Amino acid sequence: MRLRVEARQAPSPMLNALVPALSVFATFLASGVLFAIMGYPAGRALYAFFVAPLVTMNGWSELALKAGPLAMIAAGLATGFRAGIWNIGAQGQLTMGAVAGGGVALALPDAQGAWVMPLVCSCGIAGGMAWGAVPALLRTRLGVNEILTSLMLTYVATLLLAALVFGPWKDPEGYSLPQSRMFSDSATLAPIFARARLTAGTVIEFLVPVALWFAMRHALVGFSIRTAGAAPAAAGYAGFGEQRVVWIVLMAGSGLAGLAGIFEAAGPIGQLIPQITPGYGFTAIIVAFLGRLNPLGIIPAALLMALSYIGGDTAQVSLGIPNGAAGVVQGLLLLFPLSADFLARNRVRVVA
Amino acid sequence: MDPQANAPRLELRGLTRRFGAAVANQSVNLVVQPGEIHALPGENGAGKSTLVKMVYGVLRPDEGEILWQGKRLAAHDPRIARKIGIGMVFQHFSLFDAMTVLENVALGLDTPGPMPELAARIREVSAAYGLPLDPAREVHTLSVGERQRIEIVRCLLQSPRLLIMDEPTSVLTPGEVEALFETLRRLAAQGCSILYISHKLDEILALCQTATVLRAGRVVGTCDPRRETAASLARMMMGGDGARPTRNAPPPRGRHRLVLDAMNLAAGTPHGVDLRGVTLEVRAGEIFGIAGIAGNGQTELFAAISGERLAASPNHVLIDELPCGRLGAARRRALGLCSVPEQRNGHAAVPIFSLSDNALLTGYRRANLVRNGIIRPGAARRFAERIIDSYRVRCTGPADAAATLSGGNLQKFILGREVLQNPGVLVVSQPTWGVDAGAGAQIHQALLSLAEQGAAVLVISQDLDELMALSHRLSVLHVGKLSAPHATGELTAAEIGLLMGGASAEPTDIVAHAA
Repeated sequence: MRLRVEARQAPSPMLNALVPALSVFATFLASGVLFAIMGYPAGRALYAFFVAPLVTMNGWSELALKAGPLAMIAAGLATGFRAGIWNIGAQGQLTMGAVAGGGVALALPDAQGAWVMPLVCSCGIAGGMAWGAVPALLRTRLGVNEILTSLMLTYVATLLLAALVFGPWKDPEGYSLPQSRMFSDSATLAPIFARARLTAGTVIEFLVPVALWFAMRHALVGFSIRTAGAAPAAAGYAGFGEQRVVWIVLMAGSGLAGLAGIFEAAGPIGQLIPQITPGYGFTAIIVAFLGRLNPLGIIPAALLMALSYIGGDTAQVSLGIPNGAAGVVQGLLLLFPLSADFLARNRVRVVA
Repeated sequence: MDPQANAPRLELRGLTRRFGAAVANQSVNLVVQPGEIHALPGENGAGKSTLVKMVYGVLRPDEGEILWQGKRLAAHDPRIARKIGIGMVFQHFSLFDAMTVLENVALGLDTPGPMPELAARIREVSAAYGLPLDPAREVHTLSVGERQRIEIVRCLLQSPRLLIMDEPTSVLTPGEVEALFETLRRLAAQGCSILYISHKLDEILALCQTATVLRAGRVVGTCDPRRETAASLARMMMGGDGARPTRNAPPPRGRHRLVLDAMNLAAGTPHGVDLRGVTLEVRAGEIFGIAGIAGNGQTELFAAISGERLAASPNHVLIDELPCGRLGAARRRALGLCSVPEQRNGHAAVPIFSLSDNALLTGYRRANLVRNGIIRPGAARRFAERIIDSYRVRCTGPADAAATLSGGNLQKFILGREVLQNPGVLVVSQPTWGVDAGAGAQIHQALLSLAEQGAAVLVISQDLDELMALSHRLSVLHVGKLSAPHATGELTAAEIGLLMGGASAEPTDIVAHAA
């Protein structure tokens, strides 16, 4: 007995619409079974994971706070993935955004005025882009694979940030903890509402995917990126140079990752610490695929992924479910939609 | 006495092979004697490759039989072929770059045996036949000629009685060619038969004792090349001289709209061809043809003109007297140069995109489909509709994916897209390749009327009938070099065949040969 995979003639629109819903449902189901096997009450664990974070306003605010950076980074990365450019170093670009923007903020402890924040954010973008420019340059000049270079630069960035906050940028009054001074008020994003931690950064983080959706769908630059991904030779023929596309998507992805980094450092954190985010740069890759590389699909995908982070915390606090379970749930969240997508496009047949 | 003692090494009787409705080989008879170097010349698509693939057992004949040393082969596949003594060196060999010569040879053998022994045998065979080869070298450090030696040695290790060589010299330098010929002559002297596929007439004249000429899948004649001239062989290959409808209009005397001046371009791919000093001028109102057998630099020439590959200096390419050798495809299109590449799916069009998006692909600027960087979807759709209407493209509408169109319909769409952008210069590669007769005639008509309106049209094609019917003048591309242009009416098909076989690029020589 063998299995053979055959492409379906035309995936039915009904099936296409149902696939995301079904796969999320399957994730819930499989997570429940997993919790039960681990010896926790499945119903209560699922409630703690997926429902409890959504019953309070504060929960929604926390959800948006985590989903925002994921959505913005994922939308930036997706432009590259659509073109067949695999920047998987957003975590490093995010870190360098925080380093560059945070460095400016620390250098201007007494600066006042409305110009400080835009400057800090621009430097964050520039820091991310500088880190993305290395893989772009190596790829366009020497043909070096951007997957390896972007990933390896992540480790460089993480260690550089650690060296700075353990060393020259360490807060002299910080009891020797590895952290910088707090940023000045004008270099910090203040919460919009009194009782939530949401900032203007979060709003921008949800607006960027919408803007990218528009650019990918309606602007010539988005068309050139889609062409480069679908048929590279046709892109060259149309005059959308490959190198230009590589630069555009790597700058978009790394610049937005850098912006997300400084939004975190200058927002909820307010200073530089060794770990700016719990791996948002990597999680964003999952979010990008979960959203089918469509910036509008990425927003709900980011919310779902953020829910699994917060739900993991809730479940740990209320039921003592180990934090590793959250990682497994996130893995399932990617596994089911991707395999469902594959099965919607192909059928598996048993042949004798 | 053994009845098979005097049997030919290989005999093909009435071999026929069809692909769908197309007949690749029709009742082919062929006899190869022991120790004979037997040439198989023919144009592209004459059916040479199909024929030898059947001999090597890669393809199964629909009708006819293969006799090996007088005995009919019942079952046949490449493993059996190797076992009975048939070896084949393919035109594009597949070697593993990161592995050594020894490992590559071992991978290609059915029973490689212990490695040290194999290495010794490789050294022995390569010394005996003048094919210097170090078994320990890694393949990526070798030249193309050396890589070919690996394939030949691999065949020789199995002591073949028939060696099939498919266009072996297309990748070699002249010195390497001479060395290869020496090896082949030595092999033949020892009784190994060689089936030599080539369209290079001088090689066939220099090397082979018998030639079986194929045209359109049939044998059109068998001869002794040593008693033929390049011209008479070419006539056999191309099928008579001057019997085709040719265009006798005098070349227009308008201004030069497209000029290539001493253009050099390194091959873009491992099996590509370098362009060497290509010079051509196409005038307003003129259709200029580039003839030549596939793989002689057509891909590179197209890319050099369309702007997908850049020249070393601006002055190598002039569009309407403007130096633009360093301008990319988009800038050249803005100057009025539109183009239709050979490959429809994936190069000229994006298969998964709608016709509307494919209209946008090259029309975004000249057809005014983008404003301030934002696509005007309505304008793109109307442009696609205009193409569909004017060129009678059969489809349900602009929303159809390009991949759903038949080859001919997609070609009409692509050509229409370029022509409706009112180009000053149009470069078309293989305009009617794989297109049905009706669509082909329509495409030809479109090219003729475009030229009449004053555009310069350059047609790169392997179809001589097409070039003879369309072009005012033509040149032949051979191993990256372009012959001097000739008015179409002055040349016979046989003379062009000579040029395509690389006989000579000088018109006086052709006349001498043909006489």
